Amino acid sequence: MAFQILLNFILAFVWMFLKTSYSPASFFVGYFFGLLIIYMFRRFFTSRFYLLRVVAVVNLIYIFTRELILSNIAVLKVILKPKLDIKPGIFAYPTELKQDWEITVLANLITLTPGTLVVDVSPDNKILYVHAMDIDDAADSIKGIRETFEKSIMEVSR
Amino acid sequence: MTEMEIAKFFAGMFILIGAFLSLVTAFGLIRLPDVYTRNHAASKSATMGVMLLLLGTFLYFWLIEHHFNSRLLLGVAFIFLTSPVAGHLIARAAYNSGVKLSDRTVQDDLAEARKEMPAADQSK
Repeated sequence: MAFQILLNFILAFVWMFLKTSYSPASFFVGYFFGLLIIYMFRRFFTSRFYLLRVVAVVNLIYIFTRELILSNIAVLKVILKPKLDIKPGIFAYPTELKQDWEITVLANLITLTPGTLVVDVSPDNKILYVHAMDIDDAADSIKGIRETFEKSIMEVSR
Repeated sequence: MTEMEIAKFFAGMFILIGAFLSLVTAFGLIRLPDVYTRNHAASKSATMGVMLLLLGTFLYFWLIEHHFNSRLLLGVAFIFLTSPVAGHLIARAAYNSGVKLSDRTVQDDLAEARKEMPAADQSK
């Protein structure tokens, strides 16, 4: 991925030198044409076309912002309810992610969405212990995390 | 002139919502039963509250005073990075030093896992 971005920058600079105009505008035009060239030659690279990964990152940010706002409202309701009838608990969340940075990102995302908080990670990095504020159905929240966060993190690292 | 009004409205709205979230966080800190649930309120609604406050301030200075303050955006980014780590560490430290979960707690998978291999939590 880093190689493709570097190549794209080099192509943009080559374009600038060919046009002998050194303005930001011609840099972006060159970057765009470089992107087209890299896209056409994508099967000669060992990793996949890097723009797909950028799209996956943007998608992850969007999903995360949506979850953050929705679950903030949920916690707001719990706190402001006159009668406190929450059932907190710690559930085990078996993750499929392997690399350290993926697990770190997942743990941070889980912690930042209100209602769930990572307490501990098992020594073999397979299970996250998540404290939930209102554990109506642990299976439901596991499914929610798996379908939103874990899938989109996998999409980034694929 | 109307753009000014709209910009002012949005900046004010962000700041008011941020202040409201901070207030709710304070309520949560008092009302919730134990360390872990209080940590929920402190580490997240507060994050969102401070982020919205900073965003509102940023919008005000950018759109009305025409002053692009990149430090406010950096503040938002760093709060985003650091606050989940802080929440995670506080909860972990509380659990490891044996703070009890509240009586309402219905499920504790971590205690069972610790019971099965006590050597693991000694080494950590």
